Amino acid sequence: MDGEALIEAVIALEPSAAKREKADRPAVRVPPEKLAALALALRDAPALAFDMLLDHTAIDWLAEGRFELVYNLYSTAHGHSLLVTTTVPRASPVAPTVSAVWLIAHWQEREVFDLMGVQYDNHPDLRRLFLEDEWQGYPLRKDYKDDYMLGLPK
Amino acid sequence: MTVHIRTLDDICTPPVGAESALDTQEYLVNMGPQHPIAHGSLRLILRLDGETVKEVTPVPGYVHRGIEKMCESLNYRQIIHLTDRMDYLSALMNNWLVSKTVEKAAGIATNPRIEAIRTLMAELQRLQSHVLWWGVLGMDLGAFTPFLYGFREREIIGAVFEETMGARLTMNYIQPGGVMYDIQPDFARKVKDILAYMKPIIVEYDTLLSGNVILQERLRNIGVLDAKKAVAMGCTGPVLRGSGVPYDLRKLEPYGLYDQVQFDVVVGTKGDCWDRYYVRIEEMRQTIRIIEQLIDNIPEGPHMVTKFAAKIKVPEGLYYGHLETARGVMGVTIVSDGKSDNPYRIHFRSPNFNNLWAVTALAPGWRIADLIAIQSSLDLVIPDIDR
Repeated sequence: MDGEALIEAVIALEPSAAKREKADRPAVRVPPEKLAALALALRDAPALAFDMLLDHTAIDWLAEGRFELVYNLYSTAHGHSLLVTTTVPRASPVAPTVSAVWLIAHWQEREVFDLMGVQYDNHPDLRRLFLEDEWQGYPLRKDYKDDYMLGLPK
Repeated sequence: MTVHIRTLDDICTPPVGAESALDTQEYLVNMGPQHPIAHGSLRLILRLDGETVKEVTPVPGYVHRGIEKMCESLNYRQIIHLTDRMDYLSALMNNWLVSKTVEKAAGIATNPRIEAIRTLMAELQRLQSHVLWWGVLGMDLGAFTPFLYGFREREIIGAVFEETMGARLTMNYIQPGGVMYDIQPDFARKVKDILAYMKPIIVEYDTLLSGNVILQERLRNIGVLDAKKAVAMGCTGPVLRGSGVPYDLRKLEPYGLYDQVQFDVVVGTKGDCWDRYYVRIEEMRQTIRIIEQLIDNIPEGPHMVTKFAAKIKVPEGLYYGHLETARGVMGVTIVSDGKSDNPYRIHFRSPNFNNLWAVTALAPGWRIADLIAIQSSLDLVIPDIDR
């Protein structure tokens, strides 16, 4: 399926979804409360069949006070790919987990939790991944500071 | 809605009684961070019943350098330096990934000579990486000779890299807009010498190790990963292809000159350690095939299309690019605000990070010695996991 057709197919599945602008591949954004159901539908709909979560990451939009979560999906059956994004407020960054849909999300969500501080509701093992359990703060946030920094990031 | 955040102490709960009829109990053992199988610093917490692995908990982070955070203060040329230090056995592919993604985002068109040099160098490095993996696998399973053989071949390829790039490990060679230096005049002859040398060497590898009954016993039917699970667990590269999924970005989304050469995507049938082993052995032969087709046809032209120190502006937006390294899909997400020369956010999707997690599904039920074989067949490079 080509880009526009993919986006239309996703909007047909989930009417609250919309195209995410300024991305170099097909991308949609959905409200966080619709994410888990949409993820399951994207995986199981035969025409879409997104069986692989290639990558998951988060972007800290400090000025707008939100985190954007990016899910990078790929279908081994059809060879098409899609970005799904959702937004959670910085003040209470809680997102639903998709680890029941794609096993690897279990692992990738822990990385985002560790470095960005996004909390995944219902995640079976939400734990620090790279940093120790006692670490204060989340280093990839734009307002992160600690005593070890030689200079503040630009 | 409450989120329960766990700690490592929750994982290391007091052991419970074992299932065996003998009077035994489960116990926890730390494997690593310093352990020969870690190939770096990786800690695995094993829950054992006798010698049988019940559960594996990987604890990465001992080589975490915050590369993604550092990249936010660097421009797109400086970022190339850090990509060498993730998967150092695929350093050139990592350079290429960032260059390729930035070029696409900034609208820089390269020429066929640049793409030919990049493809050749990447394939040479794939060969070098697989040769080293083969040697290390032998050592992990108790055969020391392959380790010496693997390093011997690796050094020969390293000498060609050194001649062109001035470095053997962290090359920093492929840049946005071209390659750092043009190839040496006798590059083609030297590469052909390597190919002529390597062809019988791979046959020797087969006779020395692949056909060995001990190796076969230790790899066949061990750590079986079926195709569906491999896809769900985000495995890529030889690990996924060993499970029989023909997923190779060189074929599916050709970049460089891969659409102009003939090669086969090697897949396994079963997904055991042996399939992952033999996929890599066959890939060495395919790599030689690719290099042979390209080495006599390097087009003429400049090796850099932009000015060397030119600042690169990436328009506002979200960009994703990926390619096939020796270990799987390396991807990069670049977010640019369009104002500064630095990325607003950069994220690397590393193959080893995702492949490592497969060990939690593969190892339970097997002995500790089989865990060594499983780890070795995943071919992990730890600095790429931690970044």
